[in-house]
Amino acid sequence: MSDLIIVPILLPAIIAAVCLVRVVRLSQLARLLSGASTLVILASALALFLSAKDGNITIYELGDWPAPFGIVLVLDRLSALMVLLTSVLGVVVLAHAVLTGLDRRGMHFHPLFQFQLLGLNGSFLTGDLFNLFVFFEVLLIASYGLMLHGQGQQRLHAGVKYVVVNLVGSTLFLIAVGILYGVTGTLNMADMALRVAEAPMGDQPLIRAGAQLLIAVFALKAALLPLHLWLPQTYASTSPAVAALFAILTKAGVYPIIRVTVLIFGADAGVAAFAPVGWMLPAAMLTILAGYVGVLAARNLRSLAAFGVIGSTGTLLVAVSLFTPKGIAAALYYMPHSVLAGGLVFLVTDLVRRGRGDDEDHLRPGRPFARIGQVSVLFMLAAIALAGLPPLSGFVGKVLILDASAGAALMPWIWAAVLGGTFFAILGLARAGSTLFWKAQGEPAEVPPTRHPFETAPAWFLLALVAGLTIFAGPMTDYAGETTTQLFERTPYIEAVLGEAPRQAEGLR
Amino acid sequence: MEFLVASGIGVLTAAGVYLTLRKRTFPVVLGIAMLSYAINVFLFAMGRLMVDRPPIYGKDVAEYTDPLPQALVLTAIVISFGMSAFVVVLALRAYLESGSDHVDGDPDDAPDHEDVLARQQREDER
Repeated sequence: MSDLIIVPILLPAIIAAVCLVRVVRLSQLARLLSGASTLVILASALALFLSAKDGNITIYELGDWPAPFGIVLVLDRLSALMVLLTSVLGVVVLAHAVLTGLDRRGMHFHPLFQFQLLGLNGSFLTGDLFNLFVFFEVLLIASYGLMLHGQGQQRLHAGVKYVVVNLVGSTLFLIAVGILYGVTGTLNMADMALRVAEAPMGDQPLIRAGAQLLIAVFALKAALLPLHLWLPQTYASTSPAVAALFAILTKAGVYPIIRVTVLIFGADAGVAAFAPVGWMLPAAMLTILAGYVGVLAARNLRSLAAFGVIGSTGTLLVAVSLFTPKGIAAALYYMPHSVLAGGLVFLVTDLVRRGRGDDEDHLRPGRPFARIGQVSVLFMLAAIALAGLPPLSGFVGKVLILDASAGAALMPWIWAAVLGGTFFAILGLARAGSTLFWKAQGEPAEVPPTRHPFETAPAWFLLALVAGLTIFAGPMTDYAGETTTQLFERTPYIEAVLGEAPRQAEGLR
Repeated sequence: MEFLVASGIGVLTAAGVYLTLRKRTFPVVLGIAMLSYAINVFLFAMGRLMVDRPPIYGKDVAEYTDPLPQALVLTAIVISFGMSAFVVVLALRAYLESGSDHVDGDPDDAPDHEDVLARQQREDER
């Protein structure tokens, strides 16, 4: 069973390399291989999810080197959930890209897509801090390529900024990892958790500095205010289908915040205990407002969706930054919703943009287009999901978050931020929807010959998943609760990684 | 030696941060390169500074220098080298397509041009 962990990492690496071969790249074979690989990853992610569901923590030692000397992959409930989310979104986005012909706009869509999955899955599964950096780089390099896919001047300029910001972020990541290694002498997260807990008083301020820097880097990826400025332009200038996949990139920043803070800088970490707790909550509340006010101010649908992603990630981070079991559990219910809803809004944006022709996705009245009825229903449901209105799962998630914040000192502020953000989001989305669909008049736009009859199917599928998340909210919240319990009970995780007697490693040092 | 290495890292980082905040892409790329040099030395120093100690096992050696930071630096060098190459190509491409190497890519409010105009105006007034 434990060998299955390597599949979501190894398979995309091989398929990406094969897809680079010229013969494969130029034929239909690349589509076939990439699709098959994504489906197999989904199947293995499902199997991993089912095996982690009972609370087992599975370890895969790369090259058979035992931790903390070798790098280990760790599968627990949280990483299984994240891998499953990645592969579900991957399948949907790939289907959309193939149906709309996006993958034919440049040469390397499929290899880049597979590398993107590789980086995401790797960063969710790894149990080693430096390895996390390497997988972050893999997913970033792939995202640079995907972001620029299809090219165009605007995209190139946004691309330069995106790349520069992330390169500086990677530098800070290395400084943080360097400090933590210098103090604790290990890079394995489980081992580091033990070392941080027993660090002498004199080392603790340095550990705290390293922790803050590390969390700041993750906050940059998660687009936490004021580190969110790179996101709107990047997401708004890339193709919407790629941006739909990027909906999970911000969560690739949220995931390590949860993992690292709870595991390494937990309650027993001295002055470094829950290091980001002071600044993250206010920053997350401001992120919600910045995101949803941006939704209100957006001039085209793509930047509206990008600001929507910022707002929704901010809501997620509010729940995370409580750092209480209840808050994390609420965050883990809201996480899948946030990923799926973000992806859905971008896919609908793409459908609108493809239908409207010259008007693209500018928020001004245009001509009606083919299937406008279907797309408008999709838009309305996507808007409900993004804003977090009943009956879809965003509402359940927000209620859980509000409930989790009930005892917090900043509770009135949290409620005001979450509810006020929702209000702005509703206003912005309602304005966009009425401009795009109700004010459409004149002759219907011509149907482009390339349109596929099933191109709305991936968006409907995502919507069905969001609906499923609502209907099965009971089992899902149970799972989130169990995951949180597993996260806060750190001993089983550390024992699974370092073996039954973790102190044995001490003698070898 | 500690002082030299520490101030070297400090100067490199300061120069890197300054250059990264410039408005044209070329200094930005140079700044990123400087930052990554600084980080490489920093990571290396995190294994403690030792002279004349082997990083690999030998029968007659008692003291070692930590080999792990060296492996980390090697990985970091490879990654930053690839990234720098990519950002150079990207910046070049953005410059060629738009005719502007400003990071914000908006030739309309190019301050350099305005500066020149303002200077000319001042000279005319004299």
